[in-house]
Order: sequence, then C-alpha cells, then structure tokens
Amino acid sequence: MTVGIVMLVHTALGRAEQAARHWAEGGCPVVIHVDANVPRKTYVKFTEALSDVPAVIFSKRFRCEWGTWGIVAASQTASELMLRTFDDVRHVYLASGSCLPLRPVDELIDYLADRPRTDFIESATTADVPWTVGGLDEERFTMRFPFSWKRQRFLFDKFVALQRRLGFKRRIPNGLVPHMGSQWWCLTRQTLTAILQGPDRREYDAYFRHVWIPDESYYQTLARQFSTNIESRSLTLSKFDFQGKPHIFYDDHLQLLRRSDCFVARKIWPHANRLYEAFLTDPAGAMKRTEPNPGKIDRIFAKAVERRTRGRPGLYMQSRFPNEDWENGVTAAPYSVFQGFSEIFENFESWLGKATGSRVHGHLFSPERVEYADGQTTLNGAIGDSAKARDYNANAFLTNLIWNTRGERQCFQFGPADNQDVIWRMSKDPNAQISVISGAWAVPLFRSNMNFMDIRKEAARLQKIESEHLDVLRSPYAKARIRIWTMAEFIEAPMEPLQGILDEIGHTQMRRLSEVPKMVDLTGFGQFLQNLKNQGMHPYLMGDFPVALGPEPTQASPRKPYLVR
Amino acid sequence: MGAWQSYRLRLQRKRWRIRAVRKRRELKREVDRTAEIRPLDLLCFSTIRNEAVRLPYFLQYYRDQGINHFLIVDNDSTDGSADYLAAQPDVSVWSTKASYKRSRFGVDWLNWLQMRYAHGHWSLTVDPDEFLIYPFCDTRPLRALTDWLDASSIRSFSAMLLDMYPKGRLDEQPYQSGQDPIEIASWFDSGNYTIARNKRFGNLWIQGGPRARMFFADQPAKAPALNKIPLVKWDRRYAYVSSTHMLLPRGLNQVYDEWGGEKASGVLLHAKFLDTFTAKAAEELTRKQHYSASVEYRAYAETMRDDPDLWCKWSEKYINWRQLEILGLMSKGNWA
Repeated sequence: MTVGIVMLVHTALGRAEQAARHWAEGGCPVVIHVDANVPRKTYVKFTEALSDVPAVIFSKRFRCEWGTWGIVAASQTASELMLRTFDDVRHVYLASGSCLPLRPVDELIDYLADRPRTDFIESATTADVPWTVGGLDEERFTMRFPFSWKRQRFLFDKFVALQRRLGFKRRIPNGLVPHMGSQWWCLTRQTLTAILQGPDRREYDAYFRHVWIPDESYYQTLARQFSTNIESRSLTLSKFDFQGKPHIFYDDHLQLLRRSDCFVARKIWPHANRLYEAFLTDPAGAMKRTEPNPGKIDRIFAKAVERRTRGRPGLYMQSRFPNEDWENGVTAAPYSVFQGFSEIFENFESWLGKATGSRVHGHLFSPERVEYADGQTTLNGAIGDSAKARDYNANAFLTNLIWNTRGERQCFQFGPADNQDVIWRMSKDPNAQISVISGAWAVPLFRSNMNFMDIRKEAARLQKIESEHLDVLRSPYAKARIRIWTMAEFIEAPMEPLQGILDEIGHTQMRRLSEVPKMVDLTGFGQFLQNLKNQGMHPYLMGDFPVALGPEPTQASPRKPYLVR
Repeated sequence: MGAWQSYRLRLQRKRWRIRAVRKRRELKREVDRTAEIRPLDLLCFSTIRNEAVRLPYFLQYYRDQGINHFLIVDNDSTDGSADYLAAQPDVSVWSTKASYKRSRFGVDWLNWLQMRYAHGHWSLTVDPDEFLIYPFCDTRPLRALTDWLDASSIRSFSAMLLDMYPKGRLDEQPYQSGQDPIEIASWFDSGNYTIARNKRFGNLWIQGGPRARMFFADQPAKAPALNKIPLVKWDRRYAYVSSTHMLLPRGLNQVYDEWGGEKASGVLLHAKFLDTFTAKAAEELTRKQHYSASVEYRAYAETMRDDPDLWCKWSEKYINWRQLEILGLMSKGNWA
C-alpha cells in the first residue's frame, strides 16, 4: 500500500518536476494537473521532461483561477485518474507544485500505513473560525459568485452587495453543514471514492460550483458526510498571512523546516536552491520523532502578521505612520511628567532620580534649550538639544525620546512657560503619568527679582496657559494617568501625593533615602498673591492661600524638611 | 481627495512625462545593451557625475543583490566614469552635458529611460552613494523581495535615506576604489527623525539625521528630505516627481500603514560623508546645480570649514539590517 500524490501545478514547472521525481523515487505514484493557463508548448516540454518516469502521469487540464471551481474540478479528475490507475494507493495526498517534502517519502508512507482509516483534512464549521478574509464566511455558501474576484473586483463586490440587499439565499442541498479548511488534504481511498462516486455528486457539484472558494470547502464539507475518522488538520505545513495568501519559505528557513518535522511544506520560493537541495537530495536528514511539530514556525508567522497589523507601539517611521488615535500605543513606554514640583522643591530632580532610579530631565520643552538630565547636549538616538529643532515637531520629539530610551523610565518637568504643542499628545497617551501642582509657576516669579508689573504680566500669561492645559487634562479624551492638585492643597500634605506617584512609578527603592525633597521657603507668598490681586490679576490656580500667612504659620526657625519614605 | 484634485495631479503627472520625453534629446546614447534585458530582469537606474572611484563597489554591490541591468546617465563626468561604465557587460550608458538642475536633478532623464525601458520591470533608482538594505538582504536576493511584493500586490517599496558618517575627521580614512564605503562611514543617527505627511501627494516627509543635527539645527525646516521610494514595479505611466522622494500616481506613495501596522520597508545607506565629500561640496557650491541653489551645500561648506565631527556619543555603529529593524528605522512588515 502506498500514497498517491495529486499535484496541482501552474508555475515554476522545473521545481514541480523535481518534486514529482522525488515522490516517484520514493515509491509514490504522481498524477499531475497542469493549469490550462500554462501555454501548450511549455506543457508539452514539461510532460516530455517527465516521460522517463512511469509513475508520473498527467490528467485532463482545467483552467484554475483562484477562488473558482476549476481547482476542485482539477483535483476531482486527477484523483479519479489516480484511483483508477494505481490500485495500491490507499491514501491520496493533494499537493501543489510549490510543495516541498520535508521528510523522506517512506516516513510519510509508514505514517499513513499506521493510520489506514484516517482522513487528514482540516475541516471546521464557518461559524467557529475567524479565518476568512474579506468578510465572506457564511455568505460564501449562500450567495452566487459569477464574477472573478481577481479580475472583476468591482462587479464582484457590487453583486455581493446586491444579494445582501435583496436577501438572496441559496439552499444548501441535503442539509449539508458547510465546513472549511486548508485545501491541502490527504484522504483515504474509501472516503475519496465515496465523495467522487456518491449518488448525489452531480447535485453537490452543481451547488459547490457557485460557492466562493470551493477548494477550501468542497472536500472539507463532504468528507464530514462520508468519513469515519477525520483528523482535522492538514499534513501540509502551510501558513497564511492576514491577506489570506500563503507565507513563502526561503533558504534561511532551512533549520526551522528541518525541526518542524512536518511532512510537506508550502509554499517554497522557486529560487530557494538550498531548500530544494537539502530536502530533495539528502534523505539522511530524517528525524526520529513522528508527529509534526510546527510550533516555532507558527510563532514566527503569527508574529509577522502581528507586526503588519498592530506594529510596534510608539514607533513612528517610514512605513508606520498611524493616524491620530490609531497609534495602538501613542508612545513606546511609560513616562512621568511633573508640573510644578521643581518649583516647590529645591532639589526635586536629583531627589526623584535617586528615589525612582529613572532618568529625570529638566524642562525638556523649555523655550531656551532642551534640558536633558545631567546637562547632556544629546540623548539616545542622537537627538540634539536645539529648541528650534525640537519645536519644529514637538510631538515627534516626545515620541522619539520615549522610543529611543525604551527600557529606562523617563521623567521630565513641564510647565506653562514650555512649548505647549505636546499637551494633547501627552494627555491622550495612556503611558503618560502627569502630575500637576497648579499655580506653582508663581513661585519662581515670587522669588525673582523682576519688576512687579513684569511679574504681573508674566503671571497673567502663565495662568492663562496653565488653565488651558488643565482643560485639556480634564477633557474626556484624556487617557493619561493624571493627578492635579492646587498648590495650596499640595503643600498642606505633600507626603501622600508624592508617595502615590512613586508607588505608581514602581521603582521605589525600599531603603531609606539619603536625601529628601526640601520645600522652598514660601514665607510671604500669600502676600505676594494678594499683591497680584490688588493689581487686578487674580491668581486662582494655586487655590486659597491665607494672605498673611505662608503655607503654614511662619516660623522663626527654618522648616523641618519633609521626609518621604 | 476630490475629483478636481485628482484630476490636477493627473495633469501634473502628464506634464512630467511630456517633460521627460522632451528631455530625451539631451541624452546621447553611448553604449546601449538594453536589447539584452529579459522580461523578468531587475533594473537599476542612476545619474552620475565624476563617480569613478565609487562605481566599482556600487556595481558590485547591486550585482550581488541581483540587479540584472544598469541604465546610467553620465552627466558630463571628467574622471573617466563613462569609459569605465561602457566597459561593463551589464551597463547601458547615456551621456549628457545639459544642466542637472534643469533636468530637475536628473529626474527627467531617468523618467524618460524608465518610460522607455522599465515598463513591467522592478526598477531600482539610486545614486552611486546609496546602498539598499531590505529585510533579509543577507540571506535572500532582491528577487525574493520583488517576488513577494508581486505576490502581495505591492507596487512600491520604501527605503529611507540613512546618512552614514565616519568617526573623526572626514579625510582621516581615504576611500579606496572598490572598498565598501560603510567600512569607513559606519555610524548613523538612530532616532532623531521627524515625519510629516504631505497631504497633496500622500507621501511622508522625513527629516533628521546628522545633517539636520549638525547643519540645520537652527533651521530645521530646511533640512533635506530623507524619505525615498527607490524600488517600484514600473509602469510607463508612472513618473517620479521630486528625486525619488515621491511619485505619481499618488497611490505609489502609500508605502506606510496608517492604522497602526507596519509595512515592509528598507533603508538606503547613504555613504555621502567620505573624504571625497569636501571636494564635492566645494564644487557643487560653484556649480549651483543642486536643490534650491545648493542651500544644502552652502550649509555644509560653512560648517565644514571648522571640520566638525559628525559623530556623537549616541551615534550607532552599523551592524546589519536586523539592527536597523530593532531600532525602528525599517520593518519586515509581514514578510517572514
């Protein structure tokens, strides 16, 4: 008993010839169907090239267009010819010209001989699998498809839409339950003859002739009717990408294919010389394990599809430039934005760096220059510190910075004096942790040596900008982790909010901190705010400060520093 | 995009094509081996000027990748480039003394040659200092890529220009003919690129890299464009609009995914910054044959006087395509 190979061929005839010889040498008779689209001259040359192999014969040619009945008709006649001509064939294996046997032919024969009643055909009900591309799953069985998808796409789509509108439905004969699956099957003589010689074949053929992509459903459905033992998987390793076209194997897949222990792989690039050489000429590469194990290949191809459909979060590049809100991750990694902290605490940046182990920058969006951590002038990825270059595309600056520093959490200061172009991108970014002490921008003004009228003007400007920023942060589109305190609120009890932020960053070191953030001296700040009010400029973002007092009753002795553990 | 806009782009495309046809008169056929081009051949198009020292490695590099035929316009070389090319078995050469600038930096000439010879072929348009890197280029020939693109119904393949530079002074390591220039200029900027969408043509506009960092830090808008679409399954109706940055019809510029996914893309390693650069920059300054009155070269000349080091602490050293992929400069897309 042996296995008969039905081979459907349409291009790369040279490779098909190699494969056919290989099968025949291994003791498998081969019936080849050559697509009627192949020119007659080429076909004749091909048959002549194989004329010295008696176990290879050719079947009647049909025109095979993807998604149409021709492929089924071709496999039917070829299978009939196979069963008729070669009596010792127990299993028929449907393969294509670009299929490559990965294991020695006798291993396949033995494997099938051990399972004489098993049909290997992937077959699943349409409702249960998300395989279909283009939205036609149930409908491929209930509509008519007179137009070519490849050549007459417009008419194809319109006709489908029309049938949907009219509610057109075909009857599925004899209560068949439509099944689908890989078109590369291996069926027993019993099952195959039951399908091909069944009394209802004419009716079934008439029905499937107008089903969409019948080669993925004809045998899959009918095998369910006749088979006694279906193993719903294909012996051919064949992976499909998100457009429904098969992945192609190249020379560099050699080791992967070897280790997969699959019997046959599809689709092989015709110029993959090393693969053909390795698998067709050296049967010593046999493996002892019996069951195919394509897990690793599955993972590689699944990853490739994911890269094509989802991409790498936070990456903006020449072939990935998502529309707004379709980024699938605005930035590559979590980061923290602090607004008002370095104004209130004297050594906030160095303290934060020590407390969290992350990289803490100054005001990255400062109008003078980019204030990188430790006074650096360039950062990962060779981003410069020119404010002009940054402001040219501030959003890209931010996403680049986060992308380039993947693996190390970034923190930076922000404020109303900085470039505000990025506020929307940050507030819509779930990776951003934004903590704002509103009104803290007044502290540097309070401590400055500017003329009061200039201070008033600047305060009015900053308050307006920050107020707009807070509106953005509070908008329903904001997705960042946002915390906002008024300054009055914050300095009342700064420990708790700080601890909360650090806990969320998560790198908090458990050991006691050697340094603690020290709040700046705010004596007289309340009066300063009152002066602004007296000038008609009402600072409201910092909350309610008592006029006479500072944040707490002023003390003669210096304040005790706050401790954060 | 409205029908009106679409119609205007169509007119513009026709105008470029007519211009290319007119400009064919500027081209003098030196050596024509185009009869040897077979239907499935991969073609490479280039305009050169005084590149004799670079040509041997350039041709070798692309032959190894699987280019079958080179079609080259020699723009008034005086260093024997034309003779060298004429002696190559797989090169066809045209020569011209006409203005590079008035042929829109060689685009018109190449548009004509492509119209005439590239119809139905995969066509690679590169300068002699640009070296294509695509996913799996160390194990798969270019034809594997083009076959896959064909199978995926993709007509154009993007490869961003990546400026390469040496560490130290440009003239420290002189380039020898036939040498791999990336051995010298082996450093690049990995993550300072900014992208904007060109609404009209649908292409991306990428700027950044060492040139933007060193020469255009204070006028970033003037930094040169780095987006390129060098590999196209050519049809005689297509036309490059501006260098290989963009094409018409505009669908060819859609080399990027807009819904979060990544399309496959490559990189053009740009080995411009060798010891030959200083002389070239000086010459281009007087010739004024480059983009926008050679604004780029003026900026170079000013900065180059101080002989700066393009290298910085965060420069990356080139290893292979996988490195570029990890850095996010190119992508495998769904090719695996």
